[in-house]
Amino acid sequence: MAMSKEVKEVLFGPIIANNPIALQILGICSALAVTSKMENTVVMCIALTLVTAFSNFFISLIRNHIPSNVRIIVQMTIIASLVIVVDQVLRAYAYNIAKELSVFVGLIITNCIVMGRAEAFAMKSPPGLSFLDGIGNGLGYSFVLLTVGFIRELFGSGSLFGYQILSLASEGGWYQPIGLLVLPPSAFFIIGGFIWVLRTFRKEQVEPKE
Amino acid sequence: MAKNKDSLGRTLFVVITLCLVCAIFVAGSAVGLKPLQQKNAALDMQRNVLDAAGLLTPETDVIAVFNERVETRLVDLQTLEFVDAADVGARSAVEYDPIAVAKKAGLGTKLSKDVDIASIGSLENVTKLYFIKDDQGAVETVVVYIRGYGLWGTMYGLVAVAPDMNTIKGFKFYEHSETPGLGGEIQNPSWVAKWQGKEIYDNGKVALKVTKNVTRPAHDIDALSGATLTSNGVDHTVNFWFGEHAYGPLFDKLREGELN
Repeated sequence: MAMSKEVKEVLFGPIIANNPIALQILGICSALAVTSKMENTVVMCIALTLVTAFSNFFISLIRNHIPSNVRIIVQMTIIASLVIVVDQVLRAYAYNIAKELSVFVGLIITNCIVMGRAEAFAMKSPPGLSFLDGIGNGLGYSFVLLTVGFIRELFGSGSLFGYQILSLASEGGWYQPIGLLVLPPSAFFIIGGFIWVLRTFRKEQVEPKE
Repeated sequence: MAKNKDSLGRTLFVVITLCLVCAIFVAGSAVGLKPLQQKNAALDMQRNVLDAAGLLTPETDVIAVFNERVETRLVDLQTLEFVDAADVGARSAVEYDPIAVAKKAGLGTKLSKDVDIASIGSLENVTKLYFIKDDQGAVETVVVYIRGYGLWGTMYGLVAVAPDMNTIKGFKFYEHSETPGLGGEIQNPSWVAKWQGKEIYDNGKVALKVTKNVTRPAHDIDALSGATLTSNGVDHTVNFWFGEHAYGPLFDKLREGELN
C-alpha cells in the first residue's frame, strides 16, 4: 500500500521542510541541555518522539469531547501523565541514563513542540494522522539533536556513544578537545549554524526583511 | 454538540474522567515498575561503594565483585556493637538505609545545633559499614557513609578508609546539587585523587581539612577554586562524621582489632 501524499507530508515534512527546531525555533531548552553525549541524546529523542506521538493520538481521540475553555489543561494532563510514565520506564530500564537526564525528562512536559503539536494539529485532525504528525515532529527534533550531539561529543570529548574515536592529548594522543563544546551554550552556535546551512539551500525558510 | 460540550456538567464530567484515567495510568506504571527501580537503585549503590574504594573499572562485574568481596554490616553508633538487620526493622543489612531512617523516631536522634556542624538535622542510631576484603579474607578497606550541607543542598558521599581507620583510600559524592563546573567539581577525579593517602586524625583529633592554604601535606586538601561554600561544606562534613559525635569512637574501636 503506497502512502498517500498527505501521510508522507505529515510524517517527513517536519524533518527538513518544517523542522520544529530550525524553522519554528521550538524546544531549544532541551536541545542545549542533553546533547553533550550521543547516548543521552538518543534516549531523549526517543522519549520526546513517543510522548509527542502518543499525546497527539490521545488528544485527537477525545478532541470532540474536550471542552474548549479547559482544553489546555486537558492537554497538559495527558502530556504530563505520559511524561511521568516515560520517566518511570527510564528509571526501571535505563537507570544511569535516567539519572543523567534527570530533570530534562520531566521538562518534556513544557517542551513547546509537544504542546504546539497538540494544540495546532491534534485538536483538528483524526487520531491516526495526529500520531504520525507526532512521530514526524519527533523525527525533526531528533534530526537536529543527533546532529548537534554528534558534533558536540566527537569534537568536545573525542568519542561517540562513549567509545573513544579521537585519542585525547591528555591521554597521550594527538587530539586537543574543544572544551566549549561540552558546555550547553555551544549548542546555540551549532543550531545557529544548522539553521544557516538549511536556509542557504531552502531559501523559502528565510524570514522576510521587516 | 459544540454548544453541549462546553456546558458546566459536561466540562466537569470530561475533566474528572480524564483525571481518573490518567491517575490510574500513572499510578499503575509507578507501582508496576517499582521493584525494578529499587533493584537499579541498589545496584547503583553497590557501584558507588566499589567506586569509592577504587575498585570500579568499566569492565567490573559489580554484583559479582560485591558478593565476593564486600561484607555489609550494621553497627550501633552508641553501643558500638554490631546489630542484626531485624533489630532495626530491615529485612537485610543490604536493604537497610541509614539515611532514610535518621529522621524516624526510635531509629534516629535529633542533633543539637552546636553539634550539628554539617547541618544534617538528625543522625541515625545504627549505621551501615561496607567491609571490603582481599583474597585472603582480611579487611583491606572500610567504606562509610557521610553527608552534609553544601551550597545548595545536602551532599551524600561514601568514604573509603584503610584498616588503620586513619588513611583515606578514596571517596565519592554520589548525590549532590552543587553548581556544575564549580561546586560540582567535588566529583571530579582529579580532586578526588587529592584525598588519597590523607590522614584523618592527628593525636586523636580530626586533622583532615579542606583549606585554601595547604600547610600540612598529610592532612590538608586543597579547596576547590570558585567553590568556597561547597568546600566549607565538605570540610564541615568530614569534621562532623569523623569527629566524636559520629564515627570517632567507632573508628577507635575498629582500630583496636575488631576488623576481622
